[in-house]
Amino acid sequence: MKIHNRRDFNAGLMFLLIGLGFGTYSLEYSLGTATRMGPGYFPLMLSAIVGVLGLIVLIMSFVPADAQEPPGPTDWRGIGLILASVALFALLLPFTGFIMAVLALVFLSATGSDESKVKETALLAIGLLALGVGVFGYGIELQFPILPPIFTR
Amino acid sequence: MDLLANLALGAATAFTIENLFYCFIGVLLGTLIGVLPGIGPLATIAMLLPITYKMADPSTALIMLAGIFYGSQYGGSTTAILVNLPGESSSVVTTLDGYQMARRGRAGIALATAALASFFAGTMATFLIAAFAPPLAEVAFKFGPAEYFSLMVLGLIAAVVLAHGSIIKALGMVVLGLLLGMIGTDVNSGTARFTLGIPELTDGIEFAVIAMGMFGFAEIIYNLKQKESRELLQKKVTNYMPTKEDWRRGGKAAVRGTALGSFLGILPGGGSILASFSAYAMEKKISKNPNEFGTGAIEGVAGPEAANNAGAQTSFIPMLTLGIPTTPVMALMIAAMMIHNIQPGPQVMTSNPTLFWGLIVSMWVGNLFLVILNLPLIGLWIKLLQVPYRFLYPAILLFCCVGAYSLNNNVWDVLMTIPFAIMGYYFKKWHCEPAPLLMGFILGELMEEYLRRALTISRGDWGVFIDRPLSATLLGIAVLLLLIVALPFIRKKRDQAFAGEDG
Repeated sequence: MKIHNRRDFNAGLMFLLIGLGFGTYSLEYSLGTATRMGPGYFPLMLSAIVGVLGLIVLIMSFVPADAQEPPGPTDWRGIGLILASVALFALLLPFTGFIMAVLALVFLSATGSDESKVKETALLAIGLLALGVGVFGYGIELQFPILPPIFTR
Repeated sequence: MDLLANLALGAATAFTIENLFYCFIGVLLGTLIGVLPGIGPLATIAMLLPITYKMADPSTALIMLAGIFYGSQYGGSTTAILVNLPGESSSVVTTLDGYQMARRGRAGIALATAALASFFAGTMATFLIAAFAPPLAEVAFKFGPAEYFSLMVLGLIAAVVLAHGSIIKALGMVVLGLLLGMIGTDVNSGTARFTLGIPELTDGIEFAVIAMGMFGFAEIIYNLKQKESRELLQKKVTNYMPTKEDWRRGGKAAVRGTALGSFLGILPGGGSILASFSAYAMEKKISKNPNEFGTGAIEGVAGPEAANNAGAQTSFIPMLTLGIPTTPVMALMIAAMMIHNIQPGPQVMTSNPTLFWGLIVSMWVGNLFLVILNLPLIGLWIKLLQVPYRFLYPAILLFCCVGAYSLNNNVWDVLMTIPFAIMGYYFKKWHCEPAPLLMGFILGELMEEYLRRALTISRGDWGVFIDRPLSATLLGIAVLLLLIVALPFIRKKRDQAFAGEDG
């Protein structure tokens, strides 16, 4: 047995596992009958469909006719940097305020591109800060601290 | 006449200074994001949705958000013509002949053709919505739970048919979306489902969070590895005036494109992408010299551009009359209405006539703004096109994060984008289209509710969906659609149509 379509193999496996996972979880809720559907009825139905579709995709990935080149390697660095900058923004915002959070997000995410230069990134950060504080802070008055809360107390 | 009185009412709403201003802001922002790669109307509207809480009048909010949507279609064609890169997926076919026209030094004429064809289509579609929405809303009042359920099935199947690549995978994505929609509190029993014991999940997942994660962030991660290849043909565009011959040929194509696009836009799951592809195929088919296509035929620009704009606008019809989203963007429009406590559905026309007709008239106003914006400001858009991606993506990230935060003034929603970004990244790698998933997610809860009601009324008899003629017709169309796409001949054509897009 040889996998001829790695993308389909992965996707099929994902659908199958999600179907099994949600399906098992659905059993915790009362199913009811068609007339009186319980909270588990529709989700169990959907889980079964996803699982079956996944199985079909999985089996088809072994068919040579559908052969396709495998997907490229996962860009762990890109995922890590971009999502870490999002997480950092979220975690910093309530504690250090908008300005610090924006600086963290812009500088960390900019390292994701090979072409970034520190000077340019600094200018970008200043521009975005001016725009962000003006529009979000004063324009539409979103509810978050702008400066670190220690300074405003 | 009723129609005129209604349009006059709409004009009274659309022509207030505030609404004109937000309409302008909407189309300006729309053109901007249409021109910029890596961000589309979906992520932008999701980002701006929370801002509309602040607006006193829901009409203003919808007018602005709608402007972003159809404005982005315009902007998308500008990049398609000038740099051979479709800014939005609906302008993919415009690259075929529009870019060729630009290469022959006719960039100005191609841009003018796209703008004028879109304006013509937008004007006609506005009248079509005004004429056809009221009778359709009448039909909608006859819909019972079974019909609504079948209509949603049809909408989801249409989304599957329109996705690229494997149909089975697209089906899987739809059902996965439905399942994600189940997360949160079950309205009927009050049971918290699939929350893994996390209290924040009892309210379910925000649609905007999924849209930003999958379309915004995943796209950014993916683009980091791609080398930039935006090559500008002409730094200065001159001569916008089409020749007599251009008017004659392009004009006819625009009329045909408008008719086809308007019709396809109404269909659930249809909208502008299908419209532009079909219009291109049609123009090529009926042309006396089909060989010209792909080398700069003006019909290849006028037809699809008219069609995608008409389709974008008529896709508001099901949303406004049935209260059912047919595309992810329409789902956000519905969310905007619900923020202002307006229950979408056929009654909106009678309960909120100023909103309904105001929105329709504003679309025409917006289209006028776009013609004015696009041609003289082309120099500005060209400048923007030269902004390198390394400046764009931190800005997109920031705006998305602020947008997610402002949904509930809580960092939870910002953090929730992360798992969906990872999912979106792998979906892209494995050629699983995320659009059908979003459609499923939007409709999940509604579908369960209508299924429950239909089956309760029929005492558990599943036959109710085929016993009722309207419901049976809708399901029949859905089955037919699936069968048609499964046919080997059509399948090949469909693969060809999507081949131009790099999934």
